Amino acid sequence: MTDMSIGRAVKRTEDLRFITGKGHYLDDFSRPHQTYAAFVRSPHAHAEIKKINKTKALKVPGVVAVLTGDELAADKIGTLICGWVIKGKDGSPHKAPPHPALATKKVRYVGDHVAVVIGETLDAAKDGAEAVEVEYRTLPAAVDTASAHKPGQPQLHAEAPNNLCYDWEIGDRAKVDAAFSGAAHAVKLQFVNNRLVPNAIEPRAALADYDTGSGEFTLYTTSQNPHVARLVLSAFIGIAPEHKLRVIAPDVGGGFGSKIFIYAEETVALWAARKIGRPVKWTAERSESFVSDAHGRDHVTTAELATDKDGKFLAMRVNTVANLGAYLSTFASAVPTYLYATLLAGQYKTPLIYCDVQGVFTNTTPVDAYRGAGRPEATYVVERLVEEMAAKLKIAPDELRRRNFVQANEFPYTTPVIHQYDCGDFQRAQREALRVADVAGFAQRKADAKKRGKLRGLGYSSYIEACGIAPSAAVGSLGGGVGLWESATIRFNPTGNVSIHVGTHSHGQSHQTTFAQVVADRLGVPFESVEIVEGDTARTPFGMGTYGSRSAAVGLSAVSKAADKIVEKGKKIAGHLLEAAPQDIEFRDGKFRVMGTDKEVGIAQVAFAAYVPHNYPKDLEPGFEETAFYDPLNFSFPAGTHVAEVEIDPETGTTEIVNYSAVDDFGTIINPMIVEGQVHGGIVQGVGQALLEGAVYDADGQLASGSYMDYTMPRADNVPSFKVETIVVPSPLNPLGVKGCGEAGAIAAPAAVMNAVHDALRAVGVDKVEMPATPHRVWSAIRNAKKKAAK
Amino acid sequence: MEIKGAYRIAATREQVWAALNDPEILKKCLPGCEKLEREGDNAFTATIKTKVGPVSARFSGAVTLQDLDPPNAYRIVGEGKGGVAGFAKGGARVTLRDDAGATVLQYDAEAKVGGKLAQIGSRLILGTARKLADDFFKKFSETVAPGTAAEKVALDAEGQAS
Repeated sequence: MTDMSIGRAVKRTEDLRFITGKGHYLDDFSRPHQTYAAFVRSPHAHAEIKKINKTKALKVPGVVAVLTGDELAADKIGTLICGWVIKGKDGSPHKAPPHPALATKKVRYVGDHVAVVIGETLDAAKDGAEAVEVEYRTLPAAVDTASAHKPGQPQLHAEAPNNLCYDWEIGDRAKVDAAFSGAAHAVKLQFVNNRLVPNAIEPRAALADYDTGSGEFTLYTTSQNPHVARLVLSAFIGIAPEHKLRVIAPDVGGGFGSKIFIYAEETVALWAARKIGRPVKWTAERSESFVSDAHGRDHVTTAELATDKDGKFLAMRVNTVANLGAYLSTFASAVPTYLYATLLAGQYKTPLIYCDVQGVFTNTTPVDAYRGAGRPEATYVVERLVEEMAAKLKIAPDELRRRNFVQANEFPYTTPVIHQYDCGDFQRAQREALRVADVAGFAQRKADAKKRGKLRGLGYSSYIEACGIAPSAAVGSLGGGVGLWESATIRFNPTGNVSIHVGTHSHGQSHQTTFAQVVADRLGVPFESVEIVEGDTARTPFGMGTYGSRSAAVGLSAVSKAADKIVEKGKKIAGHLLEAAPQDIEFRDGKFRVMGTDKEVGIAQVAFAAYVPHNYPKDLEPGFEETAFYDPLNFSFPAGTHVAEVEIDPETGTTEIVNYSAVDDFGTIINPMIVEGQVHGGIVQGVGQALLEGAVYDADGQLASGSYMDYTMPRADNVPSFKVETIVVPSPLNPLGVKGCGEAGAIAAPAAVMNAVHDALRAVGVDKVEMPATPHRVWSAIRNAKKKAAK
Repeated sequence: MEIKGAYRIAATREQVWAALNDPEILKKCLPGCEKLEREGDNAFTATIKTKVGPVSARFSGAVTLQDLDPPNAYRIVGEGKGGVAGFAKGGARVTLRDDAGATVLQYDAEAKVGGKLAQIGSRLILGTARKLADDFFKKFSETVAPGTAAEKVALDAEGQAS
């Protein structure tokens, strides 16, 4: 029995290269005779382009070319697409204005791409970009999310009157309204889910090369999904036929969703590489990343919850205006609709839910999926409503939840918002969380803090999310343009070691370690003999990539299915070698044994026999390699309870998180250390959203928080040591029983922290603080509440 | 965005007014001004090099004098493109008042930047614009009345020079 198996905290094998500076990130790659690209970006949020004058730029020493949107269009390069069609209330598809990779007539956000300068060196390209003269006629900008679709606003796209992309709904409005009119109690909240900048530590980059001899393009790109990038660049943007385009995503330093999308830069790099006949390399500077990486969140919401006299949830009614930015990014339309409203049941048995969402265009950076993608927004709505209702009814918040949880024996449970939860034990997770967080001792800690002049608060977040995306037929029926299955090839070498080629792509998720653990366990091979290959369309089967916490639930399911095929073939080979029928062979711990005997042969020997088939079944193909494609049966539903305890200093408004406890159900745990790491990272990003981060645009559409001087990133001293535990309720719907853990922390934490902040401040008469709850906001809220009380 | 100030200049209002409309003097006094050339009656082109926080830029653009009310007041407006750093727009309303043989010059300015300058320097713009305005009017006062030091005048609660 190998030591390296599922459930063990195996140390990461990728760390050696990452912590010794030997990783291969995109900027580490170079091609002979390569050139460098610098983009000319709009400094205006909204303007017509009157003229682009290249003359001076072309004279700058080292400048090879200056290319514009008109030339891109003339070469018939298509626009950037959004791959999910959302149907509005009237059944019509969403408005999809064109999104050119280089602007032609208009620029629509600060950072919009206007031209690209190609230089022999990066400095030459930058000097050239400095010399490009663009004449703009500025236009007023529509910047505010809530008002963008109201009459009289500056219009971004002729195709989208009133800047409305779609007006979508889910649920039965009439039934929900009726439930509200008959309800004993109702709470109504209005709040903002603040816009975030993704800030992956490695900025986006691309290196494009065109081989004039073979007619093949090679694109190195910081992508979470190289095959999807290839498909989109080929079929929709028209760079090249798929079989002539190789996309390689090497080591990628974080993504959080921002590296899913197909952007202007790699599109332009590919086109320019062919046009000038030399490789083109582009690496974002951080200030570029701030304005050009897709941002996250940016919702304005009014939400209501109705209960009966005992606090049983009767109905929920939600309206959200979601900012899509200046153009639709690749998945943008789905994030505030099918990835959001379908989670409004939370862990509860609320029978009636209605939500409508207006997706609007504004003169800001496009918005798309960012860690959690719709589920942090939904959890915030549900868990804030629950806690405000608890305060109103004077029922303990955990008790109110218990009165409404889906019970452990009520699964599978179909919510009123499409999802069918497969399994779970919400009460157990909450019970454990109460223990881990020592909720029983909170009252004393709060009283002690009060003596010191501090305000303590406790906040819960009992979240559930839908990940492991996703069953292809389901997403197709909802407007998704792709299937969301996954693939794996298990290839034994004659010498018995094995490489696993998968369609996922780790950019921080530790696949090299966890996937090897699973294979080592399933096939009984030494952990060290397993190689995981990802991220190269020439080396892996077609896959949909890594996002939506899907790599274990979907990717490893494909690996598992491929392993089943390997074992099945192995039994045939072993049967032949051991002179027994395949059905009499059992496989365990890496050995094929004739049942009831001690006649056995190891998998390595079987592999060798398959490649050197001297003694081999006549009707069996040689080779020991199997591929499987796996389409999930359902989303997976990790869930749990997080508890945040904060202490606020009313003199300064500073919020300290003194305790943070998380009890999550991720199904089967492959590597508890890696799972804990994912939870830590997610919680920190959630804390960032709750207390620190926020992308701020001024009234002219300038990104005022455009650097780390003004955009506050969470740091180690902003968080305590987390107490992280898990309960395991394996999913019955995939071979390993895994549910996914990558986004849960970011989904649960904002609500937990803000519920704690509101709990602390309720005592001093404050009823609302928006995220981020900066010291200034908290201090002002306390001061205003005092003034109001004094009147 | 409040960028206000006032100086007492040891010169007559007519002298001060003439200087305010003289490109040679304006060029000398605008901090970082490399070029200021007359294009028309009240229009100039200018190139100004300046720094907002960590971002330096060379701005090329137009300066115009508007709402002329000689010798009492005018508006000086500039708009420049700073290449990759973005753009800057600014203007000041300048009023002159007699004060026992000298002139009290009061200015009320605003500034706006866009692009990378706004991204990185948003919080610094007010401070930078105030300093630039102050440096300009200080130098201007000393140039118009050579040999005298520029004398800052306090503004009262309504922002009027006392």
